[in-house]
Amino acid sequence: MSKYKVNLKINNIPISVDEGTTILDAARQLNFKIPTLCHHDDLCVAGNCRVCVVEQKGNRALPASCATPVSEGMEIQTNSLKVRQARKHIVELLLTEHNADCTKCFKNGFCELQEMSNAYRIGDHVFIDLVMEKDKVTDISSPSIEKDDSKCIRCQRCVRTCTSMQYVSALAVTHKGNDMRISTFLDKPMNDVVCTNCGQCINRCPTAALTERSYIDEVFDAIYDPKKFVVVETAPATRVAIGEEFGMEPGTRVTGKMVSALRRLGFDKVLDTDFTADLTIMEEGTELLTRLKEALVDGKDVALPMLTSCSPGWIKFQEHLYHDLLDNLSTCKSPQQMFGPLAKTYYAEKVNKNPADMVVVSIMPCTAKKFEAERPEMRGSGYKDVDYVLTTRELGRMIHQAGIDFEKLEDEKYDSILGESTGAGIIFGNTGGVMEAALRTAYEIVTGREVPFTNLSIRPVRGMEGVKEASVKIKDVKPEWSFLEGVDLNVAIAHGLVNAKTLMDRIKAGDANYHFIEIMACPGGCIGGGGQPIPTNMEVRKKRAAGVYEEDEAMVIRKSHENPEVTELYESFLHEPLGHKSHDLLHTHYTPRKRH
Amino acid sequence: MENKIKKVDLIFGKVDYLDILSKSLKRTRDELILDVIDSGLRGRGGAGFPTGLKWKFAKNEEADQKYVICNADEGEPGTFKDREILTEAPEKVLAGMALCGYCIGATEGYIYLRGEYNFLLPSLNKAIEKFHNELKKLKLDFTIRICSGSGAYVCGEETALMESMEGKRGEPRNKPPFPTSFGYLGKPTSVNNVETLVFALMIAQEGPAKFKEMGTFDSRGSKVFSVSGDTPSPGIYELELGMTLEQFVEEFGDGDTKAVQVGGASGFCVSRKEFKNTVIGFEGIPTGGSMMLFNSSRSMFNILNDYLEFFEEESCGQCTPCRVGCQQLLKGIEAVKKGIKPPKYLEELQKLSDTMRIASKCGLGQSVPNPFNSIINNFREEIIY
Amino acid sequence: MTRIEELVKEQAEKHGRQRTSLMPILQAVVSSEHYLSEDALVAIANELDLSTADVFGTASFYTFLDTVPRGKFIIRVCKTITCHMKGKDEIIKTISDMLKINLGETTNDGKFSLLQANCLGWCHKGPVMLINDEVYPEVTPEKVTDIIGKYLKKG
Repeated sequence: MSKYKVNLKINNIPISVDEGTTILDAARQLNFKIPTLCHHDDLCVAGNCRVCVVEQKGNRALPASCATPVSEGMEIQTNSLKVRQARKHIVELLLTEHNADCTKCFKNGFCELQEMSNAYRIGDHVFIDLVMEKDKVTDISSPSIEKDDSKCIRCQRCVRTCTSMQYVSALAVTHKGNDMRISTFLDKPMNDVVCTNCGQCINRCPTAALTERSYIDEVFDAIYDPKKFVVVETAPATRVAIGEEFGMEPGTRVTGKMVSALRRLGFDKVLDTDFTADLTIMEEGTELLTRLKEALVDGKDVALPMLTSCSPGWIKFQEHLYHDLLDNLSTCKSPQQMFGPLAKTYYAEKVNKNPADMVVVSIMPCTAKKFEAERPEMRGSGYKDVDYVLTTRELGRMIHQAGIDFEKLEDEKYDSILGESTGAGIIFGNTGGVMEAALRTAYEIVTGREVPFTNLSIRPVRGMEGVKEASVKIKDVKPEWSFLEGVDLNVAIAHGLVNAKTLMDRIKAGDANYHFIEIMACPGGCIGGGGQPIPTNMEVRKKRAAGVYEEDEAMVIRKSHENPEVTELYESFLHEPLGHKSHDLLHTHYTPRKRH
Repeated sequence: MENKIKKVDLIFGKVDYLDILSKSLKRTRDELILDVIDSGLRGRGGAGFPTGLKWKFAKNEEADQKYVICNADEGEPGTFKDREILTEAPEKVLAGMALCGYCIGATEGYIYLRGEYNFLLPSLNKAIEKFHNELKKLKLDFTIRICSGSGAYVCGEETALMESMEGKRGEPRNKPPFPTSFGYLGKPTSVNNVETLVFALMIAQEGPAKFKEMGTFDSRGSKVFSVSGDTPSPGIYELELGMTLEQFVEEFGDGDTKAVQVGGASGFCVSRKEFKNTVIGFEGIPTGGSMMLFNSSRSMFNILNDYLEFFEEESCGQCTPCRVGCQQLLKGIEAVKKGIKPPKYLEELQKLSDTMRIASKCGLGQSVPNPFNSIINNFREEIIY
Repeated sequence: MTRIEELVKEQAEKHGRQRTSLMPILQAVVSSEHYLSEDALVAIANELDLSTADVFGTASFYTFLDTVPRGKFIIRVCKTITCHMKGKDEIIKTISDMLKINLGETTNDGKFSLLQANCLGWCHKGPVMLINDEVYPEVTPEKVTDIIGKYLKKG
């Protein structure tokens, strides 16, 4: 933070702000909202779209307020006639290269360009439409992401997301002049490039150039098919975000309303991915302890640190960029993919349904989960384990379509079984949450005591710092875990793939002495997922994260190993973590992929 | 003012550049920079920023490394003088770079040479090698390398040029920060046109007074012009600044000149009736040296069409006003010509070009309105019919 | 290691593996192979630890860094204003007839590509064309026939 203050006037109002502040932010402090398109709070400055231009006294040109730092004595007008004319022109120009079939568009009503066009009342096109019929082709090669270049306004938010935030660079700005576009390597289809399907680009796209591949119609078809028994599972992070689709504050906990809405939509059973999050802890925790034992007692050459495998965006990233470390990746499927095969085996038996007639739908904060469900490995039940994956946004859309007044719904509870969960399962939604849940369980298994943190809140693994580290001293262990006596369990957490890269590079360089690492592809973890409501930014992520922790604290049971349904599952079906059945249903393997 | 244009020979004339350098090294950096400021020398690439000030800003920056960049990305249609200077007097360019390096405190210099001039590489490399050896005798720590472009007009814009040198797309940066504080690889950098560097060397030799004597208050000295189009004597001429277009056309016209495009595709098109009152220089119409003459056999629609096609392709494409604006102007005049849009649509396009001028990110988009408006205003009838 | 990979490695060693070396490496590959193939772009991305999309995005910005196959001799006829005024269309037609290819095309034997270019910096001596790095100012249909004829005889 700069100590120096700069004095300027915006719309004749004097203000003093820190040196280095942009005109845009200074204006915000005075409650003047300058319209923006290429700007996004999560991303570096671009200054490309020029919608945010302002008039500066003594400057013939109009500077872009998002890219121009304040200077002493500056006098800015944010809405002068000159500015208005320029802004209107710029929006009009963007509309001429945009396939403005708004009424047919998935983003109709949620499009920033549309909003701006409306605000400036841009009616009849003055200028010539530049969108060619041949350009109106959508790339639907990916099961997660649709790319429609005819909607693209070249703001490059997606490229900056893919590059600086995620270190993937599947998307790039290519060519120049009238041919300039956002494309992939040699203009290949999205499914053929290094894309991790994280969907962060979708979350930042102001128009419908990048959207999730939607399966709403397929899901309604299944719901209304009398032969089908349709169960739905909901991921932890959805319950603190779905409210935003109905105008609620980010982080508002609406679990009960969401359950109620899902029932009204017609799902036969409403179940919870949190249940399999707890199960993940049992499997992954045991896997970790087993690896540690093999390393420390048996002297085996096992891959450590162990890396979490809950985030399918992260998994694909590792398959592409760090496939030499795939042995370090836990073999546990993600909670979504543990749920699917259990639903079509264990659960089907319990409710006496033919798995062939079952449809498993998951509601996820994630677009990568759509790809994950399509992986050929994900057929542990003998069927496609998870049939359809919908984003939080899509669920919001379905509820709107069905005319359900979400806000007024009474809270309802999940169905049983596969509906019970603990606070540990819920915090999977936050960065550090899997780690915290794992520590709550592993520490207790090993020592017989609760983790030594007030109220079970393991603070060092929480928060929005890109890479976090913590060390937990293991003391006074139970006799069977004597090899862990006095061991400092070193853990690290990264969220956002650029931070994952930092951590992975340190592991590769050999200067990281961790036992266990949690990685989430999306900033903030799943609460900041690519399938979450738009907008998502730091402020929103913090609110959703707080909602998750509140939900955890409100739970009676807050440790995965105490989930009674999980205990029952092991007793009557799986028998033991990492056992034969687990191996068949709950664990997977990975595929090295080329980066290029 | 005399009615004859004064031809000058500062740029191409042979000088003992090592002697100039060795004498300069005995003077302080501040003295040398002050001379350049005093001379009134302004950048010869087109934008016309005072050279001495640029050097002073770069000099005043504290940094472990600074750079001198010679901008030889001469892409402006109608300009070809830098190629000639690099062919005829490369050692003077190199010496000018070394002088700049000494003044601002840089030990590394780069020539960004446009890919179209790759054929110059062997001779330039030879000149650089020879120059490096000569510098050893002067005990001046300064090395020069060449970076080649690969066909992108916008890389002539100094921040785009540096992006390109850094191995990226040649997209202009947001300014501020300016290159003198945050330039190549984030270090203070002075980017100067080929011709400017030679003039700076000549000012070091002759002193600022002699340079100042020539030209006008706003446009000191002389300038190398690239003369092309409908002229019996196309070529390269070093002329004193401050002449009127009438004088120029008298010297170079073919007797039937109806318009002169001053400053290249991004410059202004002046029609016959304005020749008398148009001064070539910063008080009138500035130019990086490009003077294209058109006689009455030429269709101004075709010429404007060519310009716009050029900009539509050469815009980097990152900012909306330039990327889409260029396409709209081009498609717009075609539509008017074909009668798809009414003649008054030209007024909408002119308003749009005003937005491009004030809202584009860099000089490229900001200057497309120059040819557009000047041709539409002066030759409206040729666009419509 | 393929031939392209070797070429790229050699260039990476010569210029270094930092980002600033990207342009010289791309240029070297184009001058040897006439264009940047998928394999070449992948090899460059590998050597410099960049994403392929990034390398492609950079290359595609520059007119001379072709990512589609080009002939051994790339003919670029200047199309900008003065060259247009001085008859570049005739030059193109002459070459086109001679080589039986249209603008943007490459001869079947992979020897020639015929392209237009923006201002080549020879406005006083238009029309002008480049064949690879070689400049041919003040060309006429007759001169061009001679010049192309000589290239046809070359290996």
